[in-house]
Amino acid sequence: MNDLQPQRWQDDIFEALKKAGVKQVPYVPDAGHAHLIRRVHDDADMTPIVLTTEEEGVASSCGAWLGGQKSVLLMQSSGVGNCVNMLSLVTNCNFPFVTIVSMRGEYGEFNSWQVPMSRATPTSFQMMGIEVMRCDTPDQVGPTVDAALYSAFASEQKIAILLSQRLIGRKEW
Amino acid sequence: MSTPITIERRKAVEHLLQDRGDMLVVCGLGSSTYDVFAAGDHHANFYLWGAMGGAVMIGLGLAIAQPDRQVLVITGDGEALMGVGALASVAAQKPDNLSIVVLDNVHFGETGMQKSHTAYGVDLAEIAAGCGFNSTETIYDYDTLDAFTNIPNAPSGPRLAVVKITTDNPPRALPNVDGIYVKTRFRQLLGHAPC
Repeated sequence: MNDLQPQRWQDDIFEALKKAGVKQVPYVPDAGHAHLIRRVHDDADMTPIVLTTEEEGVASSCGAWLGGQKSVLLMQSSGVGNCVNMLSLVTNCNFPFVTIVSMRGEYGEFNSWQVPMSRATPTSFQMMGIEVMRCDTPDQVGPTVDAALYSAFASEQKIAILLSQRLIGRKEW
Repeated sequence: MSTPITIERRKAVEHLLQDRGDMLVVCGLGSSTYDVFAAGDHHANFYLWGAMGGAVMIGLGLAIAQPDRQVLVITGDGEALMGVGALASVAAQKPDNLSIVVLDNVHFGETGMQKSHTAYGVDLAEIAAGCGFNSTETIYDYDTLDAFTNIPNAPSGPRLAVVKITTDNPPRALPNVDGIYVKTRFRQLLGHAPC
C-alpha cells in the first residue's frame, strides 16, 4: 500500500464528510485511511480522535450524537470484531452510526492472519443490526459515503461501508 | 496501614450531583446507574444498562460536542477497567470540561462481589496520571469529595477521581431501560430534535 500517492476516492470521502457536517472522526489507523486521517488532522473544524481499540470509537460516536455532533469511525477490518458488544449501544438506543472500514485479508493478501476477521466482517456487522455497503471501484466511494451519511443522520440508520482491498490496493511486502 | 473506607456510594453520588447546574452526566452500567437515578432523575442523565467499558468514551464524544458544559462520567471500577484504554484516548484529547469519577468498591458488585483488579493493587488514578490527565486523586472523605465537586474552583480537565467506597449494596433504583427514550430526552434538553 502506497499511501504517499493519495487517490481521488480518498478525497471524495473527506469531501462527503465535510458536506454532511461531520465533526468528530475517531480512528484506529490503517494505511488505506492514512490520507483521510491527515486531512482530518489538517481541518480546524474537525476533531480527530486516536483510539486504543475500535469499540472506543463506537462509544464516542454515540456520545457525540448525544451532544449534537456527527461522528464517523474509521478502522480496518481486523478491528471489527472488537466492536461487537459495543454495537449494542448503537442498536439498543437507535443511534445513527457510520463506520468506514478498509478491508484487509482479501484481494491479494500476503498476511494470512488478516483473513479470518476479514471474512467475518460483514456478518459481524449484520448480526448486530448494522447495514453493510461495499465499494469495489473508485467511482462508487464518494456516492456511497454520501448516501450512507444521509441515511444515518437523517433517519438514524446504522451503516458500515467496506472499502475493498482491490480498491485500496494490495499491501506490498 | 490502609486508610479506612467510610464513603457510601449513594451519599457520594448525592454529593456529586446536589448542585449539578447544567452538567451532563453519563453513568456506567450497574450500581453507578442506580446511584445516579436514586439521586434524582434528570434529562441530562445518560443511563447505561450495557455497553460495559463505554462510559468514558461516551463522555469524551459528548464533552467534545458540548465544550461549554461540564460533563461528568460516574462509573465503577469494573466498568472503568474494561475500558481502561479510554483513559489514554481521553488524555490524548485533553477535554477541559470532562471529569471522571470511579466509584471504587474493589469488587464486581452485580455479579457476586468478585474482587476486581483494584483489590489487587491496580490504581486507576495512577494510570490516569500516567496517561496525562490534568488532575487525578483518590478520595476517602466527603470533604475532599465536595472540593472535587465544586467544579468552578477545580483545575481544568480532564480530571479523574477514584472515590473509595464501602461495599454496601443499597436497594436497586431502576431508571427507564428504554435507551431510545433516554437518548431522545437528553438530546431534546440540548435543543436537538429527534430525527
